[in-house]
Amino acid sequence: MSKILIRGAKVLGGEPQDVLIEGEKIAAVGAGLPAEGAQVIEAEGRILLPGLVDLHTHLREPGREDSETVLTGTRAAASGGYTAVFAMANTFPVADTAGVVEQVYRLGQEHGYCDVQPIGAVTVGLEGKKLSELGAMHDSAARVTVFSDDGKCVDDAVIMRRALEYVKAFGGVIAQHAQEPRLTEGAQMNEGIVSAELGLGGWPAVAEESVIARDVLLAEHVGSRVHICHLSTAGSVEIVRWAKSRGIDVTAEVTPHHLLLTDELVRTYNPVYKVNPPLRTEADVLALREALADGTIDIVATDHAPHPHEDKDCEWAAAAMGMVGLETALAVVQQTMVETGLLDWAGVAERMSFAPARIGGLSHHGRPVSAGEPANLVLVDTSYRGVVDPAHFASRSRNTPYEGRELPGRVTHTFLRGRATVVDGKLA
Amino acid sequence: MKRHLISAADLTRDDAVLILDTAEEMARIADRPIKKLPTLRGRTICNLFFEDSTRTRISFEAAEKRLSADVINFAAKGSSVSKGESLKDTAQTLEAMGVDAVVIRHSASGAPYRLATSGWIDAPVINAGDGTHQHPTQALLDAFTMRRRLVGKDALGQDLAGRRVTIVGDVLHSRVARSNVDLLHTLGAEVTLVAPPTLVPVGVEQWPCEVSYSLDEVLPKSDAVMMLRVQRERMNAAFFPTEREYSRRYGLDGVRMARMPEHAIVMHPGPMVRGMEITAEVADSDRCTVVEQVANGVSIRMAVLYLLLGGSEPAVTTPSSPRTEESK
Repeated sequence: MSKILIRGAKVLGGEPQDVLIEGEKIAAVGAGLPAEGAQVIEAEGRILLPGLVDLHTHLREPGREDSETVLTGTRAAASGGYTAVFAMANTFPVADTAGVVEQVYRLGQEHGYCDVQPIGAVTVGLEGKKLSELGAMHDSAARVTVFSDDGKCVDDAVIMRRALEYVKAFGGVIAQHAQEPRLTEGAQMNEGIVSAELGLGGWPAVAEESVIARDVLLAEHVGSRVHICHLSTAGSVEIVRWAKSRGIDVTAEVTPHHLLLTDELVRTYNPVYKVNPPLRTEADVLALREALADGTIDIVATDHAPHPHEDKDCEWAAAAMGMVGLETALAVVQQTMVETGLLDWAGVAERMSFAPARIGGLSHHGRPVSAGEPANLVLVDTSYRGVVDPAHFASRSRNTPYEGRELPGRVTHTFLRGRATVVDGKLA
Repeated sequence: MKRHLISAADLTRDDAVLILDTAEEMARIADRPIKKLPTLRGRTICNLFFEDSTRTRISFEAAEKRLSADVINFAAKGSSVSKGESLKDTAQTLEAMGVDAVVIRHSASGAPYRLATSGWIDAPVINAGDGTHQHPTQALLDAFTMRRRLVGKDALGQDLAGRRVTIVGDVLHSRVARSNVDLLHTLGAEVTLVAPPTLVPVGVEQWPCEVSYSLDEVLPKSDAVMMLRVQRERMNAAFFPTEREYSRRYGLDGVRMARMPEHAIVMHPGPMVRGMEITAEVADSDRCTVVEQVANGVSIRMAVLYLLLGGSEPAVTTPSSPRTEESK
């Protein structure tokens, strides 16, 4: 059985400890563990976290393999410190049947860089009209528990209510992409000062907030839980805070880019900043950071959305929405949350590993770093400073908003069940 | 001046006044028996129109020809995407054919900015209207018209300080309104936008202008009233209830025109929707400058092309020709 000793890492940012991995599990955690027979990784000064879990990834396979595949996407995930990702359902064909979700699940298993947990579509073809066979997807080998029409909002209140109710039978959760469709017809960017000036169709905050308000009330009414995808406005934060104070079973995610970037960047008309939901204002960014710190927002999820170059190398209106994020997420969180003093590393572990695994029902990820647990781990050199160069991405796509930007921190090692997927910052 | 003309907001007061003064010079050409200057001989300008336009394209073409440029018209109906070829490929194809400047009209806001800043091509880019963003030569010709009418033809070097300009209509969807607000502010005018609240963008409070919902209150205080075209289809999206109601509240008819100061002018970028935002009585009156604006458009576009592309030679070889050294 292979043995790896990670020596002197600050586990969850605490005191330096040694962590011994044997086979697929953590064998021991403590000071001065014996190194006999073990490959030793000197990790003084580095932070050791449980493997990150992304509740919101677009892997594009099947259908858009020109932008990403399960292989390239999971390699990107491993590079970013992830050991599990939830693959969104908006593929071609849509992941609305047991067949498609099993295919995606198996591809993840075969490649072995990162566990892939498929998300099932709430409605057939993401059309919002008829429920998909949610139970069949749950009963399949993929064991789907998270359902989402992400990219589209389940805007019909009755369909949303039924979905929330129906998945209770097997502990499922609906992850809502909150976007009132009529209020966002032709929408290109956040509606406000910048959109008025640029003449780009406005995407009002209320289009997100009104759906969240409706859905938390629906969840309360039928006694279900609901998860809110990529929450992006200060008003949405207020609604979720209120809902939680009432005891409503709601969880919420924020993306790294909504923690850092604002709609001022759209002044460049560079579609690399075009994303759904759109980049908002500085006030929204600050509210999101605060909400992530105080727990109103439960997790960080990347909404990793790869697109081929030509879909971004064009005029704004013609460009696709979305940004890649798996390989920069932890760095952005370090910059916006840790280095601002809003969150410690234990807090990062909670929001990027423990909580997303819990929400998504993954039992072998998001576990404590202690003896007997699966060895899903990520080692981070937080003192590193570097400039983002998309040429080095493992993802097939390069549509990052951070090109040329200095971001802190670097994943040096990722372990998936004891096997190193990243060694010294390089894919193994 | 910058290399490109993308937005009226990019122009300083001195840039704008220089263009207006140069346009006065150009306007004199129109009175000559041979309306032609050799300035851009041997230069090729492409009019790249991704959106239907008759008057703007013809105006640019007339301006280019009067400056002796070779003109290529490229009309790509619909968006670049529906056509299959990208904006980038189209532009690079044209540049490979030796185009010295690109005049672009596009339905996507920001397309000219992208063309000028993405490293796709090197040629100067002139925005002939992009989506609901900007239409800088329209704002310049409007300013030129106002200066001539309100300040005088011998107003070289002067701006529009203190003039009160009212812009009425579909501000939300109007690149003409955005460009005019920017340029008129730069030139010292006081701008008031008048529209139903549904047709004013969220975020307008940051613009350097006033907003009113009442045309009748603003008219007596206006030196120029610019009526914007209002598309009938807007009422289908509930921006206003009916055509009739729009006309009653925001249309300019003879009764309303009589409330304007005597010297005040009525402007319209065209094409007018008679009976909607403007009655025939007003459109055909002496105070309405619509036809003049069209003529001035050619002079302004000549001035812009000359200043962006011209060499150090004076635009017009007369002893009085002003400030050509600054025109590089």
